[in-house]
Amino acid sequence: MNKGKVGLLAIGLCVIMVGASFSGCVEGPVEAEEMVLIFGSSGDAKRLDPADVTDGESIQRMDNMFEGLVEYEPDSTEIKPCLATSWDTSEDGLNITFNLRHDVKFHDGTDFDADAVVFSFARQYDTTHAYHDYGEWAYWGYMFGDVDRMEKINDYAVKLVLKRTNAAIMTSLAMFTVCIVSPTNAEQWGEDAFKHPVGTGPFKFVEWVKDDHITLEANNDYWRETPKLDKLIFRVIEDPSARLMALQTKEIQGMEYPDPSSFDAIEADSDLKLLTQPGMNVGYLAINCGYGYNDTNENGAHDSDEPWVKTPAYSEPLANKKVRQAISHAIDKDSIVDNLYKGTAIVAKNGMPPFMLGYNDDIEDYSYDPAEATKLLTEAGYPNGFTSTLWVMPVSRPYMFDPSKIGEAIQGYLEAVDITVEIYQVDWSTYLEKTEAGEHPMCLLGWSGDNGDPDNFMNVLYGENACSIGTAGNVAFYNNSRVQELLSDALQTYDNTERANYYEEAQEILHESASHVYLAHANQNIVFTSNVHGYVLHPTSRKFFYPVTIE
Amino acid sequence: MRWYIAKRLAMLVPVMLGVSIIAFSLIHLAPGDPARTMLGERATQEQLNEIREKYGLDKPIYVQYGVWLNNILHGDLGRSITTHEDVAKEIGERFPNTMELTIAAMIFAIIVGVFAGIISATKQYSITDYTFMGIALFGISMPVFWLGIMLMMIFGVVLGWLPIGGRIDLLIPFQRVTGFMVVDSIITGNFPALISVLRHLILPAVALGTIPMAMIARVSRSSMLEVLRQDFIRTERAKGLSERIVIYKHAVRSAMVPVVTVIGLNFGLLLAGAILTETVFSWPGIGRLVVNAVYARDYPLVVGCILVFAIAFVIVNLVTDILYTRIDPRIQYE
Repeated sequence: MNKGKVGLLAIGLCVIMVGASFSGCVEGPVEAEEMVLIFGSSGDAKRLDPADVTDGESIQRMDNMFEGLVEYEPDSTEIKPCLATSWDTSEDGLNITFNLRHDVKFHDGTDFDADAVVFSFARQYDTTHAYHDYGEWAYWGYMFGDVDRMEKINDYAVKLVLKRTNAAIMTSLAMFTVCIVSPTNAEQWGEDAFKHPVGTGPFKFVEWVKDDHITLEANNDYWRETPKLDKLIFRVIEDPSARLMALQTKEIQGMEYPDPSSFDAIEADSDLKLLTQPGMNVGYLAINCGYGYNDTNENGAHDSDEPWVKTPAYSEPLANKKVRQAISHAIDKDSIVDNLYKGTAIVAKNGMPPFMLGYNDDIEDYSYDPAEATKLLTEAGYPNGFTSTLWVMPVSRPYMFDPSKIGEAIQGYLEAVDITVEIYQVDWSTYLEKTEAGEHPMCLLGWSGDNGDPDNFMNVLYGENACSIGTAGNVAFYNNSRVQELLSDALQTYDNTERANYYEEAQEILHESASHVYLAHANQNIVFTSNVHGYVLHPTSRKFFYPVTIE
Repeated sequence: MRWYIAKRLAMLVPVMLGVSIIAFSLIHLAPGDPARTMLGERATQEQLNEIREKYGLDKPIYVQYGVWLNNILHGDLGRSITTHEDVAKEIGERFPNTMELTIAAMIFAIIVGVFAGIISATKQYSITDYTFMGIALFGISMPVFWLGIMLMMIFGVVLGWLPIGGRIDLLIPFQRVTGFMVVDSIITGNFPALISVLRHLILPAVALGTIPMAMIARVSRSSMLEVLRQDFIRTERAKGLSERIVIYKHAVRSAMVPVVTVIGLNFGLLLAGAILTETVFSWPGIGRLVVNAVYARDYPLVVGCILVFAIAFVIVNLVTDILYTRIDPRIQYE
């Protein structure tokens, strides 16, 4: 090709591109009748097997394709029947028998029955199962450790057998981890089944272009009414300002994680609507109270032959309750929520969100009172304060958008009462590893709930069983055997009123101990164009598009 | 010449070996642990051990490297730790996207840059010269991220002429053949898709191409100025050749050698440098893939991506060297 031709080709290409830029009218929906919702997600899914993921992005896609035996009410974490029509719990609480729905088909045409249920469970816990090696089943070990097995009774009845009673098991069964997958599909794709998701849900999988989009279409054979949307597309737009621009130009009709600084602009725009509500999470400052145990038998519980030992970062002042109470009085949480959470959070006074069972609303929070803090420090024997280190997360989390700024604010508040703290930052995985080993005097951390049960906050974060050095969930290392007793009793109790009492008492002790400064419960926020209707925010932040319609 | 190319290609082997050793050691030297990163706040010791064992992360680094090298000699780049997908497939799905973006950015940079350079040189110290070189300086100094957002604001939101990001309007049916979407829409005769793909290509290409465009403009200008002062140009003018022929036929050709060097270098850099542009424009390319892989400490994926970058860089350099001989017959390789 000679130069002249190359030049011509280049000019030709330019002409096409410039021409194309003005020919917007050529484009447009090919079938205008189709009701399509494109949702802007902040990242791509990792895998599409509901039992083998832990990240919100993967879960978001799968919640619209898969279903479990039970499901949540649309706006709460109450449980209602789904693929199971009814269930019975045995006297001792160890056996739960489920009657399954008839006439349900998977997207690949396979009948839904007891075999599918047993398959979906057994592949996770049975290490000899042919499909066990295809996944990591991270949540199974975390949430379903009390499950012994799932048994088939007949084609439409199964029995869940527990190792010990667990009052949280029904809410856990509404989690994505135990959604039912098609066994024939798993057989067909083997190791690659995670790329070919087949469930019973309202939408079925069409295509996945990595880092770009995942397309689902309405399941016309759905056992409930067919969804109103013909297509549901999850488009990946990582940058929050780009995501909002795509919404403003109607390239997408909904988006997650709007930047709080753009809320005013969103609310001023009549074409957009912002949905917001308290999220199921807590962000806190944990103060190392000083004692943990080495879980030598790895049973996740503190046993009598596992003595309490000082954590690596044990420090005299922080082990003193009065000092911790002083720190609680020194920090202005209202200001942190208003300025650093940009108002899209509520101030926390307990270690779990207010809408949960057993939340103790009678507790009066530590007031912001530097004078009281100084007084307490003097009483504790630190009239001139002391120095310490505050560990600050290097990443933004749903429960804390801007840890660096919050860390600096806390540093300032403590300085005002003569506690000089140095800020320490390290990469995220090291941060988790070292805080779980108790190497921090104070640290910022938090939690997003999994199943909507109080046990998933209280026992994971505040019990003494969670004080194991190296794998601690209780990074304040506050070991109080009464609290653990209450939490363990609560887990054995199926009566909700009685359960709530246990949790309320535990929160009183925890409040008094001032082991944590609970900062905030961050809101979940989602934006739609104003013609999108029917979307209901769920307390778990899971995203269900089944009822959504577009005007 | 053939010998030369064969020799250069053979050099790829030691280069790859060196790059892989460096990449492997660097990522393992960086703090972080894929198992922890994956499980987040919910890690139990048992799961951590299981994942480390499954991906061989519990072994010493030289053993891990040995295993990896052995696998790659059998054509297996391994599986990604985060997605469980074949690394080769993960990269294969993104590579055409990055190539298309890079090529489009280069076309923009070369056409605009070379012309701006030539015009500035022929009209040295004129208003045009100052304007072009001012723009070039501005272009070099502009952060890609900011430029991208600005382009989106102006042409996407305010004027509404061009889409904000992505590769194609998702409502247009599209059939994938090669993965190169411009090519695919042409061979399947899908005209609406072609228009949409090209429209989606313009803003990211301009954002990505601005810095190389500015560099090319400045190098073209100085190279042209030098050539224009040479004797053969004066001779040609004295012969009475028209100014157009003197400049566009003879001077430009002589002035192009340093320009080609800059283009070659930039092309290699662009392939790797598309990271920011890809993030701003939600472009499903290899730059975003490698960034996310680094965040997740997805070792096999990171090393795989770095190898692809290295190969691309070596090949682009080779092509540049060969191009020299076409432009300047005095250059010859043994």
